[in-house]
Amino acid sequence: MTYRVWNRIGLFFAAFIMISPVILFFIWMISLSLKFEIDNGAYPPILIPERVAWSNYAKVFEENNFLLYFWNSVLVTGAATLLALIIGVPAGYGIARLKAERAAMVIMIARMTPGLSFLIPLFLLFQWMNLLGTLLPQIIIHLVVTVPIVVWIMIGYFETTPKELEEAASIDGATSWQVFRLVALPIAKPGIVVAFILAVIFSWNNFVFGIVLASRETRTLPVAVYNMLSFEQVSWGPLAAAALIVTLPVLVLTMFAQKQIVAGLTAGAVKGG
Amino acid sequence: MASVTVDTTAADAVTEKGVKPPRLAPNYWPFVVPALVVIGAVIVFPWVFTLWMSVNSWTLGQEQTFIGLDNYVRLAGDMRFWESMWHTAIYTVLSVVAPLFLGTLAALVFDGQFPLRGFLRGVFVMPMMATPVAIALVWTMMFHPQLGVLNYLLSLVGIGAQEWIYNQSTVIPSLVLVETWQWTPLIMLIVLGGLAAVPREPYESAEIDGANAWQKFRYLTLPMIAPFLMIAVIIRSIDAVKSFDIIYAMTQGGPGTASETINIYLYNTAFAYYDIGYGSAMAVVFFVVIVALSFVLMMVRARTNWSDMEDR
Repeated sequence: MTYRVWNRIGLFFAAFIMISPVILFFIWMISLSLKFEIDNGAYPPILIPERVAWSNYAKVFEENNFLLYFWNSVLVTGAATLLALIIGVPAGYGIARLKAERAAMVIMIARMTPGLSFLIPLFLLFQWMNLLGTLLPQIIIHLVVTVPIVVWIMIGYFETTPKELEEAASIDGATSWQVFRLVALPIAKPGIVVAFILAVIFSWNNFVFGIVLASRETRTLPVAVYNMLSFEQVSWGPLAAAALIVTLPVLVLTMFAQKQIVAGLTAGAVKGG
Repeated sequence: MASVTVDTTAADAVTEKGVKPPRLAPNYWPFVVPALVVIGAVIVFPWVFTLWMSVNSWTLGQEQTFIGLDNYVRLAGDMRFWESMWHTAIYTVLSVVAPLFLGTLAALVFDGQFPLRGFLRGVFVMPMMATPVAIALVWTMMFHPQLGVLNYLLSLVGIGAQEWIYNQSTVIPSLVLVETWQWTPLIMLIVLGGLAAVPREPYESAEIDGANAWQKFRYLTLPMIAPFLMIAVIIRSIDAVKSFDIIYAMTQGGPGTASETINIYLYNTAFAYYDIGYGSAMAVVFFVVIVALSFVLMMVRARTNWSDMEDR
């Protein structure tokens, strides 16, 4: 018995050591974002300052149009995720039932392809269609990230849901659409939640599409925070505050939806871009 | 995992065709068509268009002309391209090996029972979900040679100041450090999935035989989780080869071209020099490299699975 107790304590400490780089990083990130320039430039470094610089956060919103960029991110991620769910969930269902392995293969290869190779042709297309300067190009190109995630996770999920109920329903005279809508879809809710969460996260985090397609008014948050670095006098406090604002929604989502994320990543191990 | 499901579905299809009498199957194609249209527009069309552009000489704002395979010939003689291939290879190998080692270690720890296990695992997973650009900015500050916290921490244990991403010889290992910090959790999750499927009995008999912890790991655990390690290697390799955000945000390929991977060179060619045709040729070669890499890794995986089966 005592052996088991010691074993648990030992494992706890081992786990604590493993996650300490994560904890230290985020503590340092918060510390950077709450210090004035003097404290951020001090040597040896100061962890907890005497005066806390909440003004760093105010500065981010006042001087950098961050509310607009936050809203842009919400629109792009929201639209790209919603569209992906509308077309991707039925597609995952169809592919799973048809056992269409070639369609699944295309999704797989799309996941392996570097994001840049989609970007060149689509950039030219958007330019030719005169769409640059609106959010539309980014919404469309984010589908490259969200659609494969949703389809891939839903294929996996529908393969595990029982077919018997669906067959019974169609013998009773239900149409294919009714079977999907009334029998298959309700059972698949947990899978849809997983697909939704992962699509949101990877779309929100996407950077490479934005640096090429976004103009001053259509930047998403990752692009905005990068631009702060390259075009202004680099002052660390506001920069760290901005970085925290960009990634906080995703981190909160990760903490609350941990189970779904773990399930989704280990089942499909899908990463976009 | 992917190929496991493919295998079983293929087997099902055969038995269904062979045994069951034909019946009126519901029509599933309408469910797939909208997605096929979108995938055709944003995924397949770019592939084809890239291929076509790669046989043209085309700099943005100028006329395009068909030049056949000239872009590919130019690529073969481009020293900067070969250098970027080399950087990509080093970057990828390091970014696979380090997370693989640490992730497996973490999975062995998290496979046990201890207080706050779920919460700690949640914290551990955070880096790979965090926005890469935001993470990269903070690491850049931490790497700062004079004011960065990392050099201060090194000085506490008596190690001299490093130049991290600001020195040609340390830039790639420094970037790999960030990549490892970010992606070790993914390996951990995959291996954890493998450990959950490991049966208890062999360990009990091994304990009776007096095997120590290392022997149990080496001769029982490792062979049983090998397929999962292989999946982890495949996924991590593909992601590491394509890595862009962290490198671009922290060094843009510098200092000089010391951390310029294929992806970064490709970006510069297409969107800094607007050499669309040449960039497209590079994208095609890059795509082939990635597909070839995954193919080789999957072959290796299929082979290891097979020999494992025989051993058992």
